[in-house]
Amino acid sequence: MTALVVAEHDNRELKPVTLNVLAAAQAIGGDIHVLVAGADCAPVAEQAAAAAGVAKVLCADAPPYEHQLAENLAALVAELGAGYEHILAAHSTTGKNFLPRVAALLDVAMVSDIIGVDAPDTFRRPIYAGNGIATVKSHDAKKVVSVRGTGFDPASGQGGTATIEAVASVHDAGLSSFVGEAMAKSERPELTAARIVVSGGRGMQNGDNFALLNAVADKLGAAVGASRAAVDAGFVPNDMQVGQTGKIVAPELYIAVGISGAIQHLAGMKDSKVIVAINKDEDAPIFQVADYGLVADLFNAVPELETAL
Amino acid sequence: MKVLVPIKRVVDANVKVRVKADGSGIDLANVKMAVNPFCEIAIEEAVRLKEAGVAEEVVAVSMGAQACQEQLRTCLALGADRAILVQTDAEMQPLAVAKALKAIYDREQPGVVIFGKQSIDGDNGQTGQMFAALTGLAQGTFASELTIADGKAQVVREVDGGLQTVALALPVVVTTDLRLNEPRYASLPNIMKARKKPFEIVSPEDLGVDVAPRFTIESVTPPPQRAAGVKVENVAELVDKLKNEAKVIE
Repeated sequence: MTALVVAEHDNRELKPVTLNVLAAAQAIGGDIHVLVAGADCAPVAEQAAAAAGVAKVLCADAPPYEHQLAENLAALVAELGAGYEHILAAHSTTGKNFLPRVAALLDVAMVSDIIGVDAPDTFRRPIYAGNGIATVKSHDAKKVVSVRGTGFDPASGQGGTATIEAVASVHDAGLSSFVGEAMAKSERPELTAARIVVSGGRGMQNGDNFALLNAVADKLGAAVGASRAAVDAGFVPNDMQVGQTGKIVAPELYIAVGISGAIQHLAGMKDSKVIVAINKDEDAPIFQVADYGLVADLFNAVPELETAL
Repeated sequence: MKVLVPIKRVVDANVKVRVKADGSGIDLANVKMAVNPFCEIAIEEAVRLKEAGVAEEVVAVSMGAQACQEQLRTCLALGADRAILVQTDAEMQPLAVAKALKAIYDREQPGVVIFGKQSIDGDNGQTGQMFAALTGLAQGTFASELTIADGKAQVVREVDGGLQTVALALPVVVTTDLRLNEPRYASLPNIMKARKKPFEIVSPEDLGVDVAPRFTIESVTPPPQRAAGVKVENVAELVDKLKNEAKVIE
């Protein structure tokens, strides 16, 4: 039994979530191969080869894979995947984009967003915004699975000595092309990987007020997130959204500021170890999941918090 | 050009659902149902394409029990021109839905197919991409902007690090993210008009697709509950608790 893990990367660095996916593959059992598909992505293949428990790295280095376009990447993964029992990737916007396409090309079901492995064919995954945890048993010979990073402690990125094998197969469907991207630049840690997350909601009133949260975040070495309400209102960009349909985070400490706590937001953060809520409405649902609740005007409390840290 | 919009009947987004006591699933008895919010955005985008003169016809399609007619009527009231229900009491899993939609696609030959990016019940987020694979079309997932011009589609996608723009060949599959548009409300006259719009009912057998389930949900359990926390009086007490009790900051 061998699993193929599709690496998440930007052609330079292996994204840490790949190590969580490797951990899921280890929980399934059997040998693990990693596919690095990109352009000029040799450094990523080397990093993947160093990860613990990886037997072989397949490196598909060709221009059509540079931007992980689903039409090209899915064709490659489906071709290579013919020889594997399990095909895994992160439940990130990249994984969510190409992996269902792979499953359909192989005529098998996909199990999305798993948080646990009960058996090689049986997985646990949240449904209904995390209001239920379903145990799903796949009947297909091949299992295509996307993995929620926070569901698995990462495998070690060190100590592995996998061989790297070049893949010559180049798929260019000619259907899609990359035009451009506008990526947020931040010195702070990435939301899904941060040890501490400070998030703001509608109560922040505008985008400028997020500077208050940034100041606290800088003192704590934290990432800054937001509720859907804050993103929809245009306070901050979409990539900061935490929730059912945004990013799922599970940091050591989550500080929710001016967030009421809609179930869709809770779905994205309730697995955090410690939750702090600061809100002036003492009936806000966020207090039902908060370990520490402070009923206060955030415009007083947040600067005070920054000073106290 | 025709726009095809697959939609799903799901529990209303404002309902707090509960797991059934016997662990067999989610309790949906007497729960308010609605058009999946992302599908509503898909219908809105299709109607806007028609209003902009890019599309001539908007066809809404759904699969499931007879009750799904209600959500398709809503789509007609929101501006879809006609509706197709693939009526079945069988459980329709994403791959089966994608296959049934391919049969509809082959018949209707739309230029654009707009899906919601995920349904808020199963949270699978698979159907649009699976459909794109089966039809061999390009896919613009998690769209926050869609432009159709010069025989191709340009889609701005919401991705983890920010926004990505791709150019895609037509016909194209698009899946909607939250910020693609703000759906309108159905007006009373339009609700009345919707009753007279064409409504077709077919079965999966008519379409010749195999809808056999590929996985089973063995059980559904409630998520671990968080113990009730405490209220602190002020910032100083909060910082003290975080340092000395929770030990998450130094």
